[in-house]
Amino acid sequence: MIPELGNLALSLALAVAVVLSLVPLAGSLRGNSAWMTVAHPASMVLLLLLMLAYACLSWAFVTHDFSVLYVANNSHTELPLVYRLTAVWGGHEGSLLLWLVMLGGWTVAVSVFSRALPGVFTARVLAVLGMVCLGFIAFTLFTSNPFERLFPAPAEGTDLNPLLQDPGMVIHPPLLYMGYVGFAVAYALAVAALIGGRLDSAWARWSRPWTTAAWLFLTAGIALGSWWAYYELGWGGWWFWDPVENASFLPWLVGTALIHSLAVTEKRGAFKVWTVLLAISAFALSLLGTFLVRSGVLTSVHAFATDPERGAFLLGFFVLAVGVPLLLYAWRAPRVRSVVSFDLFSRETLMLANNVFLVTAAAAVLLGTLYPLIMDALGQGRISVGPPYFEAVFVPLMLPLLLLVGLGHWVAWKRADAAALARQLWLAFTTAVAFSAILMLWLWGQAGLLVFVGLFMALWIVLSSGLAVFERLRRHGGWRGLRRIPGGFYGMHLAHVGVAVLVVGVTVVSTFETERHVRMMPGDTLEVSGYAFRFDGVREVAGPNFDAIEGVLHVERKGRYVTTLTPQKRYYRVQREPMTQASRHPRPWRDLFTALGEPLGGGAWTLRIHFKPMVHWIWAGAGLMVLGGLLAISDRRYRIRRRSGREGGEPA
Amino acid sequence: MKVILLPLLMLLLAAPLLAAAPEEFDDPAKQARYDSMLREMRCLVCQNESLAESPAELARDLRREVARMIREDKPDAEIRAFLIERYGDYVLYRPPLRADTLALWLGPFVILLLALIGAAFYLRRRSRGHKETPLDPAERARLKRLLGEDETS
Repeated sequence: MIPELGNLALSLALAVAVVLSLVPLAGSLRGNSAWMTVAHPASMVLLLLLMLAYACLSWAFVTHDFSVLYVANNSHTELPLVYRLTAVWGGHEGSLLLWLVMLGGWTVAVSVFSRALPGVFTARVLAVLGMVCLGFIAFTLFTSNPFERLFPAPAEGTDLNPLLQDPGMVIHPPLLYMGYVGFAVAYALAVAALIGGRLDSAWARWSRPWTTAAWLFLTAGIALGSWWAYYELGWGGWWFWDPVENASFLPWLVGTALIHSLAVTEKRGAFKVWTVLLAISAFALSLLGTFLVRSGVLTSVHAFATDPERGAFLLGFFVLAVGVPLLLYAWRAPRVRSVVSFDLFSRETLMLANNVFLVTAAAAVLLGTLYPLIMDALGQGRISVGPPYFEAVFVPLMLPLLLLVGLGHWVAWKRADAAALARQLWLAFTTAVAFSAILMLWLWGQAGLLVFVGLFMALWIVLSSGLAVFERLRRHGGWRGLRRIPGGFYGMHLAHVGVAVLVVGVTVVSTFETERHVRMMPGDTLEVSGYAFRFDGVREVAGPNFDAIEGVLHVERKGRYVTTLTPQKRYYRVQREPMTQASRHPRPWRDLFTALGEPLGGGAWTLRIHFKPMVHWIWAGAGLMVLGGLLAISDRRYRIRRRSGREGGEPA
Repeated sequence: MKVILLPLLMLLLAAPLLAAAPEEFDDPAKQARYDSMLREMRCLVCQNESLAESPAELARDLRREVARMIREDKPDAEIRAFLIERYGDYVLYRPPLRADTLALWLGPFVILLLALIGAAFYLRRRSRGHKETPLDPAERARLKRLLGEDETS
């Protein structure tokens, strides 16, 4: 019964989504405010229905209702309760439902926090979100229904993919989805602004906190995915430029460009058209990310052929979602063109450069991700595009961008004074140069040039941001001024320092890590980067739904005990697949990473023993970016009151 | 406990027939060549894993082949050619530069060039328009307000 209730809730949600897409929009065009206000209750009802459907599917997982096909495919009676609840989004159909609940959540958030905006505008934004919801509910119901029954019901399910039975994997997809779906809000705001023909500073100001919110979820989701890959996949890598990773990285790159472009549109009224295009692209790439990953097209083009219905639907939805706003834009273009002008040396120019590099990087990643698929589809043979390609094209694009991160916020809007800038920044710049030069002499021959460039960039960003905060505090009367400075200012600098921290981590770990893949007998000792690893053999361990063999490694440094590491080889009883569970000893400056390989007979095993210096800085940097984003959206300037911010916004 | 684990142990202990010890070299230069080469090769039977990290049987065989050739001091190009001949370009994570991959390798730099040219045209128009069209009073007032905001941005 319960699954049918879920199906019913989803069908009702479809009807409500139709109402939400049409009635408020029609009201906004005809000036009927009663129709427009329908948007608020409709959003709420939509969310409640979607949550009900989601709860029904969860219930089927909790009660082991294997008569539901999706549950039978993704669960098992031995699966612990936590993983039964998270298995709801372990497959295609369920993750669509999660997507929908989140979209409903964002829609209600817009409805609640936008009471102060003009009613016409809010009605249009909610209607556009309703249309996105409509497309997704229709897709779910007609091509990927999670409530589909299986008859006769099997006695046992085929279990959740063991890779997904991990705390990191539990929160990674929801965070990622929150980011993807969040860009729907920036998209809806842009489309609503196009309908009204007003792409003004007020629109940009409203878009900023929503975009930043989506961006910070996406940042957290990607970082968590990378962290999970690092400790779970058993080979100690943290980014592989896998198509699945790229699919989440693309909206991140464009979203980052959008955050900067929105700042220009808000402050200066420039880049309007560009900002609209970025808002549409960020969401389009989010759609691409969700669909391509879940539909399996990225691993093989032929996935589309096996399920032409889904493919056609998605393609149609994608074309509509991108095409209609573009047509709207073509219609509105004469009205929305900006007239603002600025000097060649100004913050606008640097922000434009920022966008050039970020968008080119996104284009390069997209090209590298799709190229093998296109070649395969055209019958040109199969090629692989992997890390060597992406590193070769991505790194050169990021270096000038990093230089700009330290420079951009110092340069004035409209017209900047180069001489004054040089006076303010020469010390920070030369300090960073001197420091990396000393480092270079000290480590001569041990590391390539790129290491020093990387460390220079990081130091430059940190010094430049530190100096900016210091200057600002001085101008606002020292520590007493701390609270008078808007959160957006701190947020920006925290996020930029996060970039620097991440760059340090990436640079150091990729240069100075040591990876050993060796054969060890019990009693053998291996020395890796000053640490002595003694292999004390293996023992057996049993988990709730797996059995494991656990290696025991006694670690010493200079004769003193450090830790005992216990990497496991797990064997999940249902899916019958061996999984490696790495064992680590993490410290801020380094990580000791061990993974158990295969037995070689006579008690010998293969082992991976890695020394990863400063690897955690990668995720710490991402964490700082997320914190920066949080600070930025807490900025009191975004708490708009009614009838303010019609054009330029109130003075902060 | 032992009873439960028995099948698992059997399975794992049957593996030595297939398993091979990791390849190790006395010469650190050869070890480095071997390591970096494996990282650029795809395991053909896995889901996007390099030869360096894959536990698959085929990957193991290929590792042994690569190690043998490195011990025999074969140049990298020859080892690569050997693998391509047997498994096609698919084995390389760094796609070879050919007519049909030209767009892949040059694409990002062409895009960058076009973006820079576009940005340059835009900037030229912006900074020239700046001199030609003076702002009307309403725009001037708005600009002032925007610029005033800079102080706190």
